[in-house]
Amino acid sequence: MAPTDHDHVVPVWIYVAVLIALLVLLVLTLVTAFFDLDARFHSAHLNMGVAVFIAMCKAFLIILFFMHVKYSSRVVWAFAGAAFVWLGILMTLTLTDYITRPQAPTVAVSPYVPAPAEAPGPR
Amino acid sequence: MAEDLVIESPHSLVEHQFEDRFQQKEAATLGMWTFLATEVLFFGGLFVSYTIYRHQYPEAFRQGTLDMKWYLGAINTAVLLLSSFFMALAVRAAAVGSNPKIIRYLVLTIVVGSLFLCIKVTEYYIDYRERLVPALNFSEARPREDELGGFTRTFDKFDEWFDSHVSPPIGKAAVRPRNEQLFMLFYFIMTGVHATHMIIGIAVMLVLIWMAHRRRFSAEWHNPVECFGLYWHFVDIVWVFLFPALYLLRNP
Amino acid sequence: MTAIPFVSVVEPPRVRETYLNATHTLRSWLLTRDHKRIGILYALTITFMFAIAAGGAALVRINLLTPTGILDEPSMYNKAFTVHGVLMVWWFLVPSIPTTFGNFLIPLMIGARDLAFPRLNLASWYLFVISAVLILAVLFFGGLDTGWTFYTPYSSLFSNTHVTLAVTAIFINGFSSIFTGLNFIVSIHKMRAPGMTWFRLPLFCWALYATSLIFVLATPVLAITLVLIGIEHLLRIGIFDPVLGGDPVLFQHLFWFYSHPVVYIQILPTFGVASEVVTCFARKRPFGYAAIAFSSLAIALIGFLVWAHHMFDAGISPYSGLVFSILSFAVAVPTAIKIFSWTATLYKGSVALETPMLYILGFMGLFTMGGLTGVMLATLGLDMHMHDTYFVVAHFHYVMVGGGVMGYLAAVHFWWPKITGKLYSEFWGKISAAIIFIGFNLTFFPQYVAGYLGMPRRYHSYPPEFQVYNVLSTAGASILAVGYILPLIYLLWSLKFGEDSGPNPWHALGLEWTTPSPPPTENFEETPVVSAPPYAYDLQSPTAAAVT
Repeated sequence: MAPTDHDHVVPVWIYVAVLIALLVLLVLTLVTAFFDLDARFHSAHLNMGVAVFIAMCKAFLIILFFMHVKYSSRVVWAFAGAAFVWLGILMTLTLTDYITRPQAPTVAVSPYVPAPAEAPGPR
Repeated sequence: MAEDLVIESPHSLVEHQFEDRFQQKEAATLGMWTFLATEVLFFGGLFVSYTIYRHQYPEAFRQGTLDMKWYLGAINTAVLLLSSFFMALAVRAAAVGSNPKIIRYLVLTIVVGSLFLCIKVTEYYIDYRERLVPALNFSEARPREDELGGFTRTFDKFDEWFDSHVSPPIGKAAVRPRNEQLFMLFYFIMTGVHATHMIIGIAVMLVLIWMAHRRRFSAEWHNPVECFGLYWHFVDIVWVFLFPALYLLRNP
Repeated sequence: MTAIPFVSVVEPPRVRETYLNATHTLRSWLLTRDHKRIGILYALTITFMFAIAAGGAALVRINLLTPTGILDEPSMYNKAFTVHGVLMVWWFLVPSIPTTFGNFLIPLMIGARDLAFPRLNLASWYLFVISAVLILAVLFFGGLDTGWTFYTPYSSLFSNTHVTLAVTAIFINGFSSIFTGLNFIVSIHKMRAPGMTWFRLPLFCWALYATSLIFVLATPVLAITLVLIGIEHLLRIGIFDPVLGGDPVLFQHLFWFYSHPVVYIQILPTFGVASEVVTCFARKRPFGYAAIAFSSLAIALIGFLVWAHHMFDAGISPYSGLVFSILSFAVAVPTAIKIFSWTATLYKGSVALETPMLYILGFMGLFTMGGLTGVMLATLGLDMHMHDTYFVVAHFHYVMVGGGVMGYLAAVHFWWPKITGKLYSEFWGKISAAIIFIGFNLTFFPQYVAGYLGMPRRYHSYPPEFQVYNVLSTAGASILAVGYILPLIYLLWSLKFGEDSGPNPWHALGLEWTTPSPPPTENFEETPVVSAPPYAYDLQSPTAAAVT
């Protein structure tokens, strides 16, 4: 058995550094959220893109250091990665349907139009 | 190397199906990661659904985001990151075999995690007063100021002040779009499922504290603490994505 | 008087200790951590659930004897096909080979003493039993009428049956699956005996590894979908509700993301059994070991990319339909590779037509037909006409029953001597296999024709011109029922009166055949060390190759 993170003890300062980095990223994501990046840069979804990117950076730090993946075997890397790849499959292929739909989504108003009033007959 | 590992104690360190403690530990780690993969897809289904509806109803979901208290979410994010930090220290304490330190850091994790849950409950209360809860009291008309309690009104006033001073100013719609109920459903379901995971985590931590109190953990064997650490960090990662998704996409 | 040591003249025969007789109490069975006993517990549970699900099928087929149906209300018919589908999928087909033969054989095949997490294994079984109790409670309280597919908004907003309880049962069942898959994945990665490299693993293990990947990656999406329907059914408001802007098609996306891969869960283990049986009864190495191994993984992967072919006419965009149609053609390729490989293995092999081989030969033919009709359904233009007709019903029964159930029966007969230490009657085995083959084709081939001519599925009545096909189908179903009951009889008979099998009656290769039959609790006295390539049938001596 190839030794992986056998009794690997991570020094405390690394954890402190990661915590500080995470809090800095939190402040960054807050600051960028209040600028209307889409209007300023003439784009769509830039705010969302930046927010997701910063979240991914935070997730990376937590996974690599707090969850010890940096010190773990390649199998663990593969398992951790595979989960997100599969989530990507679900997201991407489902979106291929919604993004290419030609019609507008349903507005929450019932399309039912009552028939015009007529002489009451046997139901 | 292998001889000193199978200790004849009431709790043998290596279970009978394993050859040595290294195989046992690697199996436990891999097993936990496999379980976390299932959790990624469990929450992932919610994120995918949310993304699709956000794509279909951008304005209604934006109004929903504006009704959220972003600062409470931000404080909660910082709180949960801190709890992850303490959890990492607890796992490190287990790796060096110090049961008292394990207890200390697990207690800190529980305290900070409970703080998260308290803030979340506060948010739920505010949402209730503001008539945002689907199936209970969701109303497209915003409640008047005098209908809100003093507690909720304070937050409301702060929101008004902040939204008018940010550039460009953000205005909430006078009447809530009906589809905003969809957003609120996602909000409650996603944060509710997340909070359930945290409550389960706190319960497990209590068990781990009890085990550490009985000096069960050592440098040679501490798999439950490590595996639980992975779980807790995962719950933190879910919130790291939930926070911007639900609270921060405020611009049109 | 000098003391004379007492010696009994006749010594009672010493019974070798096996996993079956090591302990006798009910408690030792219900609290066992032995993977072999857990496999037996699962086998008993799924056989029971199969019987109930078959009852649902009987109701359906009897009702369809006449164009107007015989059940008092149409909703009874809906409940009959729902109970048949729900129980067969989640309480028989999904667990079938993995929880019985996977549990029993994987540690033996990899040379381990048990799986990585024995207590989790037992917990899996208990979750399975709890979920079975809950779904039977749903039946007891009036049944379910949503179809096994639970389409919204009917299931979440309009059905008056116990939907929330049913989805809870399936949710718990899902966790049982996840824990089993998790156990297999970690065991195959970490518990292989010295010398058992990945490419010396039996192909059955490759197949179950691929199956376990699907368990772990697909089931959670079903879990969250069930939570969402449960909430919507409970609160009468939810994210699939069109009044709020919800999209019922989103439910279908989430549902089928799991439910398509689940059909590969149902067939991949059979592919594994086929590899074992074909090599043993042709006395040959498999043609293309690597091709068979990698195609299992390919099926698992590509199987995740095709789900919306169940939704071509549900309202998805036509461009999306194109993408899913092309991907659905692609998924047939690795399966075809396997069929070619097994056929090539049989070619110039010394083929013995024992019962397991008969089932596998039947499987190869029936599954090919079912698979090809699947490719027909993947064609957008054809599916527009054939969706929701009996053509689809025939297709999936050909693959799931002609494939999955035949594979399960092949496994039962192949490993029965190993599990019980007894030989069953080959005569009755062959007769039953023949009856099942005939009954199966008579039941389901007419359904292809009826569906192609337009008979819709899930209707309690039909236009009179379809009656001839339905009568043939019901006649076939009664023959099939006889075919399924016979093995129950002769297999149970063999437990008491069957001949002792010895460790390796088939002279098969594989670590499980090196142990006594039945194996002792700890499987191996010493951890085996593997140095030979797998399936080295060509290196076996000719006398050993003779299968009695």
